[in-house]
Amino acid sequence: MPLCDAEKTFVLHGVDANMRIDGREREDYRPMELETDVVSHAFGSARLRLANTDVLVAVKIEVDSPFPEKPFEGKLEFFVDCSANATPDFEGRGGENLAVELSNCLASAYRSNEALDLKKLCIMKGRKCWKLYVDILLLEVGGNLFDAVSIAVKSALYNTQIPKIKSIHVDGSQIDIQVCDDIFSCTRLDISGAPLMVTVCKIGEHCIVDPNAAEEQCSVGAVVVAVSRGCLSTVLQTGTGSFHPKTLKECLKLGFSVAQNLEDSLMETLGEIKPNQDVGFLK
Amino acid sequence: MSRKIYIRLATDRVNTSVAIEGLRAYPSIYTPGQIITNQNEFMRGHGTYEDNGLLKASVAGVQEKVNNLISVRPLKSRYNGEVGDVVVGRITEVQQKRWKVNTNSRLDSILPLSSVNLPGGELRRRSVEDEHMMRNYLQEGDLISAEVKNVYSDGSLSLHTRSLKYGKLGQGIMVKVFPSLIKRSKTHFHNLPIGISLILGTNGFIWICPIINNTEESVGGFVQNLEEVVPEITRATMSRTRNCILALAQSKMMLFDTSILFAYEESKSITYQNY
Repeated sequence: MPLCDAEKTFVLHGVDANMRIDGREREDYRPMELETDVVSHAFGSARLRLANTDVLVAVKIEVDSPFPEKPFEGKLEFFVDCSANATPDFEGRGGENLAVELSNCLASAYRSNEALDLKKLCIMKGRKCWKLYVDILLLEVGGNLFDAVSIAVKSALYNTQIPKIKSIHVDGSQIDIQVCDDIFSCTRLDISGAPLMVTVCKIGEHCIVDPNAAEEQCSVGAVVVAVSRGCLSTVLQTGTGSFHPKTLKECLKLGFSVAQNLEDSLMETLGEIKPNQDVGFLK
Repeated sequence: MSRKIYIRLATDRVNTSVAIEGLRAYPSIYTPGQIITNQNEFMRGHGTYEDNGLLKASVAGVQEKVNNLISVRPLKSRYNGEVGDVVVGRITEVQQKRWKVNTNSRLDSILPLSSVNLPGGELRRRSVEDEHMMRNYLQEGDLISAEVKNVYSDGSLSLHTRSLKYGKLGQGIMVKVFPSLIKRSKTHFHNLPIGISLILGTNGFIWICPIINNTEESVGGFVQNLEEVVPEITRATMSRTRNCILALAQSKMMLFDTSILFAYEESKSITYQNY
């Protein structure tokens, strides 16, 4: 729903005065709520709620053959589904562009060497590997989608359990893989390098992080910065406006420092997860 | 340097509903399809239906009984308008001789051109020139406060702004809550002593703005001052009030001037945190 001019002015002046409409400063994040292992039939899942933004991520695994040019690596694929429940704009094919933009951004961020070691997903060189399908479902949209999605994806990958292989029988072109009988003996992924994305929004003369829906409407443009292991892996510009090189530099710097902060908080929270927690959507 | 980012685990979530805390009787909540009674001397009210001689709830909510009439009042619902209600709405469409307004009800409400005060407050028949000027008065996205003039048979509302207290809203914050949380009272316009004005729309839209001084009343509420910068102290109060209202709504507390003021005073003792 579009805002009126007076509301936009109010938001704009608020950003100028470093006091946003919810009392935050320009570099502040809204508190989040994280839940892992919510989808029982997936190999790993997470749900993240950032104020009014709600994202559910599930990871599914399949055996596949690796790309001929990368015989030692597994595969990783992202799929974003924009539920029309999230916002009426997603009805029909409305969410398609956003979905493609999100999955492309994730794919490009995870393509970095620092991000995720795909060699761990190799079962047999050039013949068999694990393929991870990361399905992202947007349940509600309240601004700052890129950040929320990247945090949820990282948490879901943290939660992902890959079955252990007991034996591989090769008979000509036939490959028979046997998975360990014990369903609890699984390996986990090393996600320390999985990228986190931070959206830096330019409103008026200043840059802010974690914009809400109203602030997104007031911004002239935004830069999404993906950071893994202290390196920028992807930079994406959204919105219509253009950036002055100096502003762009500031945006990158701000996004970078916030991403490190976010990384620390997320790893701390993920470390607190106890096994067999049973919450579900309703508590 | 940015401040700490809070990520909470869902297991640490606190149920903030006040009704759960001991002393109060916790009303039983019916879910759709749940049997209310099997005796057939009761009458079927809103939110219920009859199935094989059993009276069942059709919405999730609490039971209300007046003599023999049983109805279930939903906890969350769209706004059901009543004549005389004060509402806050957003213009979604400019049509011929009328505006469409989103008031959180099932259908968009109608604001006819004949039900607004013209700028300058002159009283006359609306001409074709006025029809051409409609977008200058109110355009898509504008927020207005209005009163419900009429409820049509399909539940859609017709609004009017024929009083100086209604009209276009200027700079401020709009908060959305459930309509059932707004307590109906004598006045829904409040000038709070903390230095802000509040419009508690019965449709669940709440408008927070700096104190409106009623000296220049002749304007008729179509003028926005976009140059004016709200002072930081007022802005802080408004933000705090906004957060208080959301906190009250999360705890399912009724919203009216006293409850909001109490929450505001209580919140002042809590040091300013991230949110």
